[in-house]
Amino acid sequence: MSEILDDVRDLYSAEIRQHGRSPTHARRPDAITAQARGDNPMCGDRVTIFIRQTHDTVAAAGFEARGCEITTASADLMCEAVEGQTPDQIRAMAHQVETMARTGRCEACEPALQPLKSLSAVHEYPSRIRCVTLPWTALMAALDGKQEISP
Amino acid sequence: MNAISKLAFDVEAIRAQFPILGEKIRGKNLVFLDSAASAQKPRAVIDAMVHAMEHQYANVHRGLHWMSERTTDAFESCRDAVANLINAPTREEIVFTKNATEAFNLVAHSYGRGVLKPGQAIVISELEHHANIIPWQMLRDSSAMELRICPITDAGELDMAALERLLADGKVGLVAMAHMSNVLGTVLPVARIAALAHAHGAKVLFDGSQAVVHRPVDVQAIDADFYIWTGHKLYGPSGIGVLYAKREILDSMPPFMGGGDMIASVSFERSTWAETPHKFEAGTPMILEGIGLKAAIDWVSAIGMDAIAAHEARLTEHAIARLSAIPGLRLLGAAQDRGGVFSFTLKGAHAHDVATLLDRQGIAVRAGNHCAEPLMRRLGVDSSARASCGIYTTEAEIDVLADSLDRVREFFV
Repeated sequence: MSEILDDVRDLYSAEIRQHGRSPTHARRPDAITAQARGDNPMCGDRVTIFIRQTHDTVAAAGFEARGCEITTASADLMCEAVEGQTPDQIRAMAHQVETMARTGRCEACEPALQPLKSLSAVHEYPSRIRCVTLPWTALMAALDGKQEISP
Repeated sequence: MNAISKLAFDVEAIRAQFPILGEKIRGKNLVFLDSAASAQKPRAVIDAMVHAMEHQYANVHRGLHWMSERTTDAFESCRDAVANLINAPTREEIVFTKNATEAFNLVAHSYGRGVLKPGQAIVISELEHHANIIPWQMLRDSSAMELRICPITDAGELDMAALERLLADGKVGLVAMAHMSNVLGTVLPVARIAALAHAHGAKVLFDGSQAVVHRPVDVQAIDADFYIWTGHKLYGPSGIGVLYAKREILDSMPPFMGGGDMIASVSFERSTWAETPHKFEAGTPMILEGIGLKAAIDWVSAIGMDAIAAHEARLTEHAIARLSAIPGLRLLGAAQDRGGVFSFTLKGAHAHDVATLLDRQGIAVRAGNHCAEPLMRRLGVDSSARASCGIYTTEAEIDVLADSLDRVREFFV
């Protein structure tokens, strides 16, 4: 067990495992104003993102996921990070998360993305990058008023 | 299988012919258990393709020079090798495509739109690869046909009684099914399916992409009207697929794609088509891939499909015993007749997470829906991991997989 744990400790960090196994935002918030579904046809993962927008910000975000620990953790951390942010800020964050997932670096990350930095380890696992970005793609679709996307 | 072929099968000697099997993955020995997706290539195939590029290469079927004639001979000898491998009556009944998927689309387009009639039905099964689903859905939607789905049993076997019911009204023009499932390893009773379909006036098409790798195939013995497979799973290169169809069927079908090499004469008013099989092979064909596939067929034939089947039967028995003993592991499908493809779920762990942890041990498995989303739904799972065997797979590799899965299980408990 320890050998396997050592090999993947970068990606399966304690924080990611916590969010992947016991997410706090795996729910549909009250009075949602938009939702969108993201599918990853390669693995069958599916994430639906729910948001409630009030005035200029996303007041609440939640998700339902059928997916791996990485997708679930990413969705959970994302929902936590975007609450209270404006759509423009969220779009910038999505772009930064994508860059972080692909390169492992996030030099100009929004402070709200600090808790997501452990996900940067995914850049060493090219086939898993989409696990991290899928919830964000779905969130962008929700902000754009689209219902369903397959990135 | 006879005693001679059993003695002759030396897996270590076979492994030594695959250069890639000596590779290390992050310092660990490569345990390649993803041959059902695409198999590794033996030295004979690599050398044949390199030799062609270095010494004997030109376009085929058109040059009047030495190089073109020799290359044409080398490429066309693949057609003979394919015909021999599956016991096709004649070489003209072998059509080359870029892969199995293109062969399905060729049949759906040319036979489906050119020979089948609106109102007729096509039957597929619940365990099909997307390549044997989507072309028929597209045909159904464009040509007012019906698509009927034959259920499978919980063991992952075809429900033959249901097939008979689906054929009963005589409207079915084609039954298209896998010979061997790429997810469950189930081997379908193709001769019985063909007899039943023919008795109801339907033609049969079998997807042999998995089966042709694992056991001898005789298209005449099973009375297949169409038989499709692909080179890259049979230790040959990617980029070449095979469509076998009976001569009179191919002759009745219009061409699939237009272009050079598929014509008899061309004018702006009217063009005429080349004879079967060339009327289905527009443009420069997959020359090097044909040469590589010929080498692959010669190579597996020298070992013997019976010996390969016997080796894989032993592996399958061993794998089922080892994998079944892992707590929380659910092996999908329990067919009586099955090959060396094992899909499974592990309680508390997503297939992708399992695959990543195995990958870090140097073990290559596939994870996801294996291009068979309706089958996964039928089995009540979102995704699964899949280990699949090849000619070079050893019992020791199955043990490495099982031991690693035990540790993965502990990680996710």
